[in-house]
Amino acid sequence: MATIELKQVEKKFGENYAVKPMDLTIQDGEFVVLLGPSGCGKTTTLRMISGLESVTGGRILLGDRDVTWLHPSQRDIAFVFQFYALYPHISARDNISFPLRAQGESKEAIEKRVKEVAQLLRIEHLLNQRPGNLSGGDQQRVALARALVRRPAAFLMDEPLGALDADFRESMRAEIKRLHIDQHATTVYVTHDQIEAMAMGDRIVVMSEAVVQQVGAPAEIYYNPTNLFVAKFIGSPGMNLISGGYAEGVVRIPGADNRYPVLEEWRRPIESVLQGQAEVVVGFRPESARLNPDGRLSGEVYANELQGAYSVLHVNINSSDIVHIRTDRLVDYPIGAQVQFDLEPKMVRFFDPKTEAAIKREVKV
Amino acid sequence: MSHVELQHVTKRFPGVTALSDVSFEVKDGEFFIMLGPTGAGKTTTLRVIAGLERHDEGHVVFEGEVVDDLIPADRDIAFVFQQYSLYPTMSVYDNLAFPLRSPIRRVPEDQIKVKVEEIAEVLRISHLLDRKTAKLSGGEMQRVSIGRAIVRKPSVFLMDEPLSNLDAKLREALRVELQHLQKTQGSTTIFVTHDQIEALTMADRIAILNQGRIIQVGTPEDIYDRPTTTFVAQLVGSPRINLLRAAKEDGSLVIEKSDLHMPVPLDRSIDREVLLGVRPEDILLDPQGEFGGKVILTEPLGVQTVIHIRSGEQTLLSLIPGISDLRIGDEIRFRILHERLHCFQLDGVRVQIPLHIEQGA
Repeated sequence: MATIELKQVEKKFGENYAVKPMDLTIQDGEFVVLLGPSGCGKTTTLRMISGLESVTGGRILLGDRDVTWLHPSQRDIAFVFQFYALYPHISARDNISFPLRAQGESKEAIEKRVKEVAQLLRIEHLLNQRPGNLSGGDQQRVALARALVRRPAAFLMDEPLGALDADFRESMRAEIKRLHIDQHATTVYVTHDQIEAMAMGDRIVVMSEAVVQQVGAPAEIYYNPTNLFVAKFIGSPGMNLISGGYAEGVVRIPGADNRYPVLEEWRRPIESVLQGQAEVVVGFRPESARLNPDGRLSGEVYANELQGAYSVLHVNINSSDIVHIRTDRLVDYPIGAQVQFDLEPKMVRFFDPKTEAAIKREVKV
Repeated sequence: MSHVELQHVTKRFPGVTALSDVSFEVKDGEFFIMLGPTGAGKTTTLRVIAGLERHDEGHVVFEGEVVDDLIPADRDIAFVFQQYSLYPTMSVYDNLAFPLRSPIRRVPEDQIKVKVEEIAEVLRISHLLDRKTAKLSGGEMQRVSIGRAIVRKPSVFLMDEPLSNLDAKLREALRVELQHLQKTQGSTTIFVTHDQIEALTMADRIAILNQGRIIQVGTPEDIYDRPTTTFVAQLVGSPRINLLRAAKEDGSLVIEKSDLHMPVPLDRSIDREVLLGVRPEDILLDPQGEFGGKVILTEPLGVQTVIHIRSGEQTLLSLIPGISDLRIGDEIRFRILHERLHCFQLDGVRVQIPLHIEQGA
């Protein structure tokens, strides 16, 4: 196992960047998720690490080896794709042992190792079957077993759950994470699904338009997004982002007398960023808003969604903004009803509408 | 005004029975969603209602009139498909106006303009009216498709997975807008999906289908809180409901391979062995909780965290608010909300728990 280091790695196609120069260090045994919408550069990044795509600048280190210009087969990494890429005409056992046979290992050693990984993935009973006879999930387990079997320095996974149906994706998500916890293999995992990224990653690298937007642990990304893109992209629904006029510690949000006084600790940072500019963006998660008949903010119910364990109320606060509020389930708010709500002051964030960057709070000493 | 009823509809294709004895009623102004896995018969049912498919037995009834022999055009319905079927070379305006310009309707152009602009505003596509549809994003195209279906105010909307080709964020946004639109316009809507969240969030009532049969029809609360079978219980809710084999022992239930005893009195007529269903949000972490276990995995999803708990030889999933700082290996105590337990026979059929508070909330 090994660390992976990207130093000013970039990829250009003609004049266009697929990935702008990026630095990233992945620790030995870490599970890092590259997350972003399609076309953000996450898969290109993964392919550069694997060697399937060459870099147009920068260096890639695997452990203490510079692998930037090594052929994929010389990098000692295993790749798991969305589509299982199994050989259809040979058994699961032969598919799994393939990489070891290619390395010329002894028959006994191969048998022992195949048994180990099959046990780990709970596919021992399927070893004699051909891939075509297996369900999608079992095929993906075989593909994972094949990747695991030769103990590579790192695993690269490109949306391995993308082709599975929702229910199954959920259980495979937990399985892969359990597997990682047992094996502690350095893993880079690509997905466009923010729930998957949050659930699985030790750290998440959020990308958009060829640029790394933020790198952090799930809680950090969720509670302290660095910019409007991350705030919106993470969460379901994403963070509420409402722009309003700022003056003297109060944000005036368009709509019926909606005034939100900011906490004292936020005044200096906001004012120093705004520099007299009048607008600020207020951000809060749906669960940081509470319905309250004496609440300072108000609006009209636009839609009410039972999500299972809870509900999400969508409230129109003015002609252009709908805020999402998490509520107890089965509380009936008809469309058009007036509601009042408050925000949990500690959980409110602020953004500069010009740069779209989060305003950082003063660190109290 | 439009009331749709299916009476004992059976549809066979060579070698398979696609629908067997399907009956349900959709009330005027209702948002009715058919939910089920691939191959359940949802789309076939929708196509039978539309008249695109002829059933072999039973009747399709609109407003009390049997419409079995009416062609689709005479049923006054609008169909929205998963794939948007727009005219790529026409502007958004002309696509929306198209159904009104049909020679049978003969709507004057000035009235068309009023209607198109009204619909465009409702769907927030007013700024796109002059654009060619080929230049639109997926979400915008689907809005135009919905707009084109709505513009002539048909009596019934039929929608076949209209959101499934969109990315997650867009699906979320359109879900909210569809619900708002449907409620404010009061149009009878029959919607097909395999996505349980779409069904729970939008429907007035849900019909669960599996292998061509109706399994349960009810409000989202009915389906979520009182599933009639383990199939339904597992189909809705994320993460999935915990289903645990348990045995009756003097007035309580003992979950196999664990020390979990639940004071649930079951009627004598019920088999000794049952399946106990526990929704993850009904397992609460509590230092004073009666049960103990060990954290084997945590999945922080943002608004909540899934905790995988090992207790005895059982693994239970618990859903707790916020991002948890529990770590793998932590010993924890928990309790289970008895009043929200579900109990099923081994064949999957729900059994009533006496004194059980059979209500939501």
